[in-house]
Amino acid sequence: MDGFPILSVMLLVPLLAGLACFFLASSEARIVALLATLINLGLGIVLWINYEIGGPQWQFTERGDVFAGFQYALGIDGIALMLIVLSVFLMPICILASWEAIQKRVGEYMAAFLLMEVLMIGVFAAQDLFLFYIFFEAGLIPMYLIIGIWGGTDRIYASFKFFLYTLFGSVLMLIAMFWMANEAGTSDIPTLMQYDFPAGAQTWLWLAFFASFAVKMPMFPFHTWLPAAHVQAPTAGSVILAGVLLKLGGYGFIRFSLPMFPEASAQFMWLVFILSCIAVVYASLVALVQEDMKKLIAYSSVAHMAIVTAGLFAFNIQGLEGAMIMMLSHGLVSGALFLCVGIIYDRLHTRDISRYGGLAINMPKYAIFFLLFTMASIGLPGTSGFVAEFLSLAGIYEISSDVTLILTTGIILGAGYMLYLYRRVVFGAQVNEDAAAMRDMNAREWFMLAPVAAAVLWMGVYPESFLAPMRSDIAALEARVARAAPQGDAALAAGTPREHEANYISGEHASGGAH
Amino acid sequence: MEIARSFGLMVPELILGGSALILLLVVAYGGRSVTRAVFIGSATAIGAALIFTVSTVTDNVTGAGAEAFGTQFSADSFAGYAKVLIYLAAMACLAIAPAFLKRFDALRGEYAVLVLLAVMGMGLMVSATDLIALYMGLELNSLAAYVLASFLRDDQRSAEAGLKYFILGALASGILLYGMSLIYGFTGTTSFDGIAAAISGEISTGALFGVIFMLVGLAFKISAVPFHMWTPDVYEGAPTPVTTFFATAPKVAAIALLSRVALDAFGDQVFAWRQVVIFAALASIVVGALGAIGQNNLKRLLAYSSINNAGFILIGLAAATVQGLSAMLVYLAIYVVMSLGSFVAVLMLRNGQGEQLETFDDIAGLSSTRPLMAWCLLILMFSLAGIPPLFGFWGKFVVFQAAVQADMVLLAAIGIAASVIGAFYYIKFIKVMFFDEPVDRATGKATPASWAILIGSAILVSPLAFLLARWLGNQADTAAASLFLG
Repeated sequence: MDGFPILSVMLLVPLLAGLACFFLASSEARIVALLATLINLGLGIVLWINYEIGGPQWQFTERGDVFAGFQYALGIDGIALMLIVLSVFLMPICILASWEAIQKRVGEYMAAFLLMEVLMIGVFAAQDLFLFYIFFEAGLIPMYLIIGIWGGTDRIYASFKFFLYTLFGSVLMLIAMFWMANEAGTSDIPTLMQYDFPAGAQTWLWLAFFASFAVKMPMFPFHTWLPAAHVQAPTAGSVILAGVLLKLGGYGFIRFSLPMFPEASAQFMWLVFILSCIAVVYASLVALVQEDMKKLIAYSSVAHMAIVTAGLFAFNIQGLEGAMIMMLSHGLVSGALFLCVGIIYDRLHTRDISRYGGLAINMPKYAIFFLLFTMASIGLPGTSGFVAEFLSLAGIYEISSDVTLILTTGIILGAGYMLYLYRRVVFGAQVNEDAAAMRDMNAREWFMLAPVAAAVLWMGVYPESFLAPMRSDIAALEARVARAAPQGDAALAAGTPREHEANYISGEHASGGAH
Repeated sequence: MEIARSFGLMVPELILGGSALILLLVVAYGGRSVTRAVFIGSATAIGAALIFTVSTVTDNVTGAGAEAFGTQFSADSFAGYAKVLIYLAAMACLAIAPAFLKRFDALRGEYAVLVLLAVMGMGLMVSATDLIALYMGLELNSLAAYVLASFLRDDQRSAEAGLKYFILGALASGILLYGMSLIYGFTGTTSFDGIAAAISGEISTGALFGVIFMLVGLAFKISAVPFHMWTPDVYEGAPTPVTTFFATAPKVAAIALLSRVALDAFGDQVFAWRQVVIFAALASIVVGALGAIGQNNLKRLLAYSSINNAGFILIGLAAATVQGLSAMLVYLAIYVVMSLGSFVAVLMLRNGQGEQLETFDDIAGLSSTRPLMAWCLLILMFSLAGIPPLFGFWGKFVVFQAAVQADMVLLAAIGIAASVIGAFYYIKFIKVMFFDEPVDRATGKATPASWAILIGSAILVSPLAFLLARWLGNQADTAAASLFLG
């Protein structure tokens, strides 16, 4: 693999395919898009296989001095690797999900999705502050068009809200980046991750970055764009939004806020915890009363992402690992849930929960998949959600048992709204004739859901595959923030082990020796 | 020999002035039959001036070697950079005008001659290193511009635009002159170097008034808030090719002139004018953004957009550093391309009867009916909004970076936050074209020149342009350095 610019190729393939899609007829555009995303998936797998666990922190680095003011610098660590793999994994599924649902302006639609893929990979692979910003911000354009052109009835409001909210969040980050690059004399991310900014400045810088990532994440109270955008976006748009775009916020925290401003992160830890606690309880309660399936899942995303933020700011290995697994797991599970909604939406063209019911009777296969993802969302052991929630909450517990207590109610509430959703849609009597007449999943839909289901189980049963590449990076991050790590209330202390095991009977040993 | 050397330095202006006089005679005697030739002749003259100017940008000309007629005129790299932009914009504006004027039966050679005179005036403006030379250039440009604004004599809106432009422009010139007279009174000289030497150290209250009055006069010319009121009316009323011209070349000239006055003549008195510039910058960004929101007329909207952009450019000036000036010049170049492209697109919007379409209602769903035009406009609008990876982002990038490097973090933060308001109407533009139901009014029939300019400018602000960023930055650095060192 030495010398082969695999990351650039991963950017180039969807870029070229995207440009080609502009000029192609509908059917060809679909095939080109699917092929390009599959090639990228292949490249992503190659990337994963060739990633040397325990090797250098930054691998597959590329550097090109072609721009003024910033460098074309790419490279990944384990964290970026997993998120890139998640992105390329979800992309072909998105294309399949749009195969029949999108009938107008297919070429432009596929082009927008492929450009989106370029930008997502770029964000995770960028090693220059400003290159990161360009990829980060540019994602607004295709997403704005996807929501606005192919979205639902209220799409214009949703697209404007999405665009302006996220733009406003990001611009202040740019000013902070200027200041950092000026202060440190470089815009190289790995260097900046080791640079110690003065503590006073960190506060402002942290807030500027927080403005951007909190909106992207989205954290309470900056989350209001998310339900609007999710509900109006086409299915595949929701999948990408939930699956990858929300991860940009978490990635930002783990790549910038924590390692670059450890003192400020500790200073604002309680802000993050409080917002996370409110988000978990509030978003879960709101989800409980939703009549719209997509809105319900959107609010569940807000709740899950709050566990991510709390886990990230727990300043310990479990918390960070849990947050990363939560991001990956949520990317798969909520993406799959949106796909499940999309499958029945394509048949009945409504997201109203009361219009369905009793689907287990006429769509048994669908019901099984839906059940699996519902359980994964709740965090049933054996699914990815369990690993994620367990690790993050274990990490947070070390810092604050009160916060953990509140966050754990989110899991109970989560079980509440997800099971309630499932009962109303899948179980019960077939009250609606048209819903009862829906056919079960076809082959295309199998191809969409089966791989995600496999991944969810894999991550739930053997998370080591996903944790291993990230382990050393998370350890490095933990070491970096350790100096600012706050004292937790759990005060875990290793006791002195007993001399003998508990059921040891004195004397037996001695007499045994006489035999 | 001195006089020959001086004339040698102003060859571009001599070419322009000479051609303008000759072509004026040709028009007077030839009448309408020579119109085409006059247009071509004018464009050639500007092209020739361009060729003579390019070398001054690349060769880093500065200091005494560039000064002509004592200290009246300086053909340094800074002036060269601005002139190249002015000449290119003027040539583009000449190329799009004939087809438009023909439809209104107003295709006359005088148009081209007036453009030539205006361009010559702008050349003098950016090269002026003396208050008198400055004023002569400014007025030569302005007088030609007033006539151009009312070029469609039968059109009430055009006549109104010309009149408005004249009255407010004359007022601005008066204020500028008053400021200049105060400066002259307190320093005893009209040359920039002399002024700088005379008021080094503490500035007297009278001279301070002079500085402020001059800034006010120049703020009129670049349509910075609070002296921007004429802009939407004039831009809307003037014939679209003339509006295109106003939004590009004179803007470059006025901003270059303002920079030279501020950084050369009053370079040691940064504290005296910085607050004024900061206020004008932030007010322009906010008013330019808010004013545009309610507009339905595309030309008015773009007028507010140009006010908005003037604000961003002034942020570079407020930094008052070489980086700031260089950033302004980069921004100006990008701004000229974006303005050209978007106004030309408006010019190309015509219905089947050949009438101009100017409102949002007319372009609804343009992406379904005229995809190429709509996608070009999409690129231009996102670029104007400063969304990466389009090149308009780079303009904002360098300007705000310069502000942060000059330790003006708060200014940068407020400015960039206000830019989000502006993004609203740019994305509204895109929403109308892409999300709304098509009305299919625009025919998309336009001259090859218009298409070439539209597509060319869309390509120039596309992500590809980042490959040019370094080259452009080097030119701007050279130009900025020549002003600071000279």
